[in-house]
Amino acid sequence: MLLPVNWLKNYVDLSISSKEIADGLTYSGSHVESITSMNKGIKKVVVAKLESIETHPNADKLLVCKADAGDKVYTVVTGAKNLKSGDYVPLALPGAKLPGGIEIGITDFRGTESQGMLCSLKELGYADNVIPKEMRDGIFVFDKEYELGQNVVPLMQLDDDIIEFEITPNRPDCLSIYGMAREASATFRGELQEPEIEIENEVDDIHDYTNGIEVKTEACRRYYSRVVKDVVIKPSPLWMQTTLMNAGVRPVNNMVDITNYVMLELGEPLHAFDLDRLGGRKIVVRQARDGEKLTTLDDVERNLDENDIVIADENTAIGLAGIMGGLDSEITKGTKTVLLEGANFNPRNVRLTSKKLALRSEASTRFEKGIDPNLCSQAVERVCELVEETGAGKVVKGVIDVNQTRGNLHTIVLRPERAKMLLGVEIPEEDMVGYLERLKFKTTLKEGNIIAEVPSFRDDVQVEADLIEEVGRLYGFHNIESKPLTGGLTRGEKPYNKQIESRVKSVLQGIGYNEVMTYSFISPKAYDKLNLPEDAPERSYIRLMNPLGEDYSTMRTTLLSNMMDLLGRNENKGIEEVLAYEIGYIFIPKSLPVVELPEERQVLSIGFYGNKDFYYMKETLEMVYGRLGIGGLNYKRLTDNPSFHPGRSATVYSGDEVLGVFGEVHPDVAGNYELKNRPYLATINFDKVVEMTDLDIKYKPLPKYPSMTRDIAVVVDEKVMVGELEEIITAHGKDLVESIELFDIYRGNQVEKNKKSVAFSIVYRSYEGTLTDSVINDIQTGIIEDLENKFDAKLRS
Amino acid sequence: MKERLEALRDAAFKEIQDNIDLNELEELRVKFLGKKGEITKILRDMGKLSAEMRPVIGQMANEVRADLENKINETKEILKTKAKEQRVASETIDITVNTKDIKRGHRHPLIQTAEELEDLFISMGFSVVTGPEIETVENNFDALNSPDNHPSRDLSDTFYINEDLLLRTHTSPVQIRSMKKYGAPLRIVSAGRTFRYDDVDDTHSPMFHQLEGLVVDENISMANLIHTLDIFIKELFGEDMKTRYRPHHFPFTEPSAEVDVTCIECRGEGCPACNFTGWSMELLGCGMVHPQVLENCGIDSEKYTGFAFGMGIDRIAMVKYGIKDIRLLFENDNRFLEQF
Repeated sequence: MLLPVNWLKNYVDLSISSKEIADGLTYSGSHVESITSMNKGIKKVVVAKLESIETHPNADKLLVCKADAGDKVYTVVTGAKNLKSGDYVPLALPGAKLPGGIEIGITDFRGTESQGMLCSLKELGYADNVIPKEMRDGIFVFDKEYELGQNVVPLMQLDDDIIEFEITPNRPDCLSIYGMAREASATFRGELQEPEIEIENEVDDIHDYTNGIEVKTEACRRYYSRVVKDVVIKPSPLWMQTTLMNAGVRPVNNMVDITNYVMLELGEPLHAFDLDRLGGRKIVVRQARDGEKLTTLDDVERNLDENDIVIADENTAIGLAGIMGGLDSEITKGTKTVLLEGANFNPRNVRLTSKKLALRSEASTRFEKGIDPNLCSQAVERVCELVEETGAGKVVKGVIDVNQTRGNLHTIVLRPERAKMLLGVEIPEEDMVGYLERLKFKTTLKEGNIIAEVPSFRDDVQVEADLIEEVGRLYGFHNIESKPLTGGLTRGEKPYNKQIESRVKSVLQGIGYNEVMTYSFISPKAYDKLNLPEDAPERSYIRLMNPLGEDYSTMRTTLLSNMMDLLGRNENKGIEEVLAYEIGYIFIPKSLPVVELPEERQVLSIGFYGNKDFYYMKETLEMVYGRLGIGGLNYKRLTDNPSFHPGRSATVYSGDEVLGVFGEVHPDVAGNYELKNRPYLATINFDKVVEMTDLDIKYKPLPKYPSMTRDIAVVVDEKVMVGELEEIITAHGKDLVESIELFDIYRGNQVEKNKKSVAFSIVYRSYEGTLTDSVINDIQTGIIEDLENKFDAKLRS
Repeated sequence: MKERLEALRDAAFKEIQDNIDLNELEELRVKFLGKKGEITKILRDMGKLSAEMRPVIGQMANEVRADLENKINETKEILKTKAKEQRVASETIDITVNTKDIKRGHRHPLIQTAEELEDLFISMGFSVVTGPEIETVENNFDALNSPDNHPSRDLSDTFYINEDLLLRTHTSPVQIRSMKKYGAPLRIVSAGRTFRYDDVDDTHSPMFHQLEGLVVDENISMANLIHTLDIFIKELFGEDMKTRYRPHHFPFTEPSAEVDVTCIECRGEGCPACNFTGWSMELLGCGMVHPQVLENCGIDSEKYTGFAFGMGIDRIAMVKYGIKDIRLLFENDNRFLEQF
């Protein structure tokens, strides 16, 4: 919303600077986005009359003009083609300054001295998009005679400041100059000048010109109409044009300008139809027919259906209700009789049609937020007044007002103690009454309470809290003295899973992993790239109805795809090694299609590539579980998960509970993500981890007796796993085995083919007493016998 | 004999110098004091002496032995010290060599920021709660007083799963869940992922993060809200921060306000980052919980009042770390992550 400060001051007494206006209104709730000073720095540009125009003696394309600026006649050279003798134009005198710091001097044009410059609107600082089409390529020509030598700055309102506001959607009443004047009056206590509308002469009767207005849909809540005859289409007066340009609107012609002017002034979008072009000389407001077509003013053919509301004549649609008029009934230079529309439409219909057609206009942005129906009549009457005042036509007597009856205004009770409770500050009752009255609420006092009648343009005020906000914002939130929370002490807590998260993150951070964050939605192709079979549970995913694109269309059931994506991206950037983890949610539907909220399960995913292997991932997991007191870890080879390398992946358990799977990524999958390194992944059921976590640590006394260390090296078949050997050692050692360290696995010349030598260092210790050789020897013998029997192991000496 | 002993002492003192090494010193010790050493040799000849000379020479021999032992021990200490000094001097290394054998991991700046914000509120007596990313239309809009025709409900603003389920567009549904579950009084914060139908550019992402706070109790007022947020802002950005509460509109609070904070870059002086206003705009939204929202959650809006606030964590992290492109937060480029 652009607010020219000069225009604002027509309706409210303000003797403060634009900056002060902007700051004050920001504090009372109208957020200022910017203040722009128009055409800063223009000096010595005056009104001049062209006495004569001649072709330059030495240049065909240049003209030499004699321009009378009152004090003397200046010779000026110009290239413009739109001038004729007798035109009144802006003349930048020698020594003049134009916006952008341009200085005008006396310049020689091929032997003729130009004393200054004739100016276009652009040279005076207007933006291209507000300059009238016919003036785009030429010098600005005044609409009539003005005093010669007069400074153009006040004449053309070049000294205006424009404040841009962000108006919240609940305040459509602020989308007008008068609406902002009302806010300014309430904020600064300046007198509000209500517009008084007076039409001096009315002729004939509206029913002689039109066959009436027929409203056939509830979406049209009011339709107020008047007729203007003997219309003379011409440019509107200078003051109106400059006002519109300052408000960011391009002048077109007097009728269009007047309706635009009143829309900006009062906030009611208006439309003017060429009455002589209306079939049956009548207006029908109805639903569009399915497949009905309408070419709107922007020359685009629109396909309509019955959800759209149109303004039609007897036969066809001539405008999209509340959005844009049709090309066929547009005001043209030949228009003689105009039917004026001041209507009110259901915001929802306007919004949906505008959205569907991707067609937004000044009208639709106002209607879709909801407008006071009382504005219909006020605005149309104001248009008639301006038509008469500017000589654009003659106002025909009588109005047609469909659905004019309005309900009663509602009242709300404001309890002063409630205001004090919500705002935390005691505001005297007379101040509260003052604020509300200045905002045009009618107030009465009853039993210590304020009864406020809500004005028709304040549909957003529904309950007592809304009134308290009105009081609060005029008192100023910034004037409320802050007070600490009172009441009992409360303990700030973190949910248990977040506490576990913190522990896991600190472990992973400590051993070199970076935390990553990826989108909750992924591409359906991800499940293929991970080589998941058709019946994999991960493929039961939830789809978004309106994704941003196929790549973001499914709610992830695995974190691995995101992890692979980022590993691939990093490798592609030439990063040698990446270690990453993410704790996030997967979304498991209870049924498909989804009818109720899905289960959101927390998952820890870990991934890396670089100078690391399977065992690094395994150790990583053991460190995490170790920090959480999760013991009884055991591993089973993972053979049926096609995302992983079948010989280099495992399921990790705590006891019988599955915690997750991990290992090297299957080469096909790595290839799908264009990774050249061997990537490793782990996906861990974090909910299970949280459930299994045991943070209760009990101290174990330090050993009093010495330990004994024995080494065993055996040659076994390649297929025998180290874990199986360790199980036997542990079983024989009873409680005396303190630790088993695998210190060597050897394959090569010293052992047979397909065999390996495995060497352990076993530490024995008792908490009861010093161990003797004979006890340990017995255990060692048992271990070796068992290894020989079960795995055909050969002791290596 | 006396002369032999004196000559021996002189000879030994001459040889035991600190320019020899420890091995040579040991050899000298053996040579003079050892079982087959010089002193022993002399003492072996004691038998040839007269009875009265024997104690005199014996005493003298002991004196010479003691003198030699002292001299050897002193020299040993000197030589040891010298050897240690030499070793230390020879062990000087190039301390500018960088090995990079140890790597630490790095926390994601956004998640780190979210956790810091939560911790700040925990220290102020708030409890952290969480809520699901997929929400009901009821919790995300209806119960929060959002009008039926509000544009934020459109398919072009919100990701839907079906007509009843969506990706939450803010963390505010956690308010609804908490009020329904715990009732009043209540003091909670909740941070998490939120989603809006925005194409990706340097300031927009379809997934972003919010932190939401809620206090419900008897006699909770706007003055309490301002006090709480002022403390929070100062803790987060520094004691010199100022705040500005501007009336605004949210369907679920009444009155509602937006909070501007002293520009973090220029500390209020005015700079391009704040458009020369000195303020970082719209850092937080807040207000007094709308009575209808309290009632929707079964809380007596006459007895209880409350305040709520919300903020974009992405924005705060970006301001804090000077990140100009939100996409960096989601790309997980190692070179980016390792800066935090």
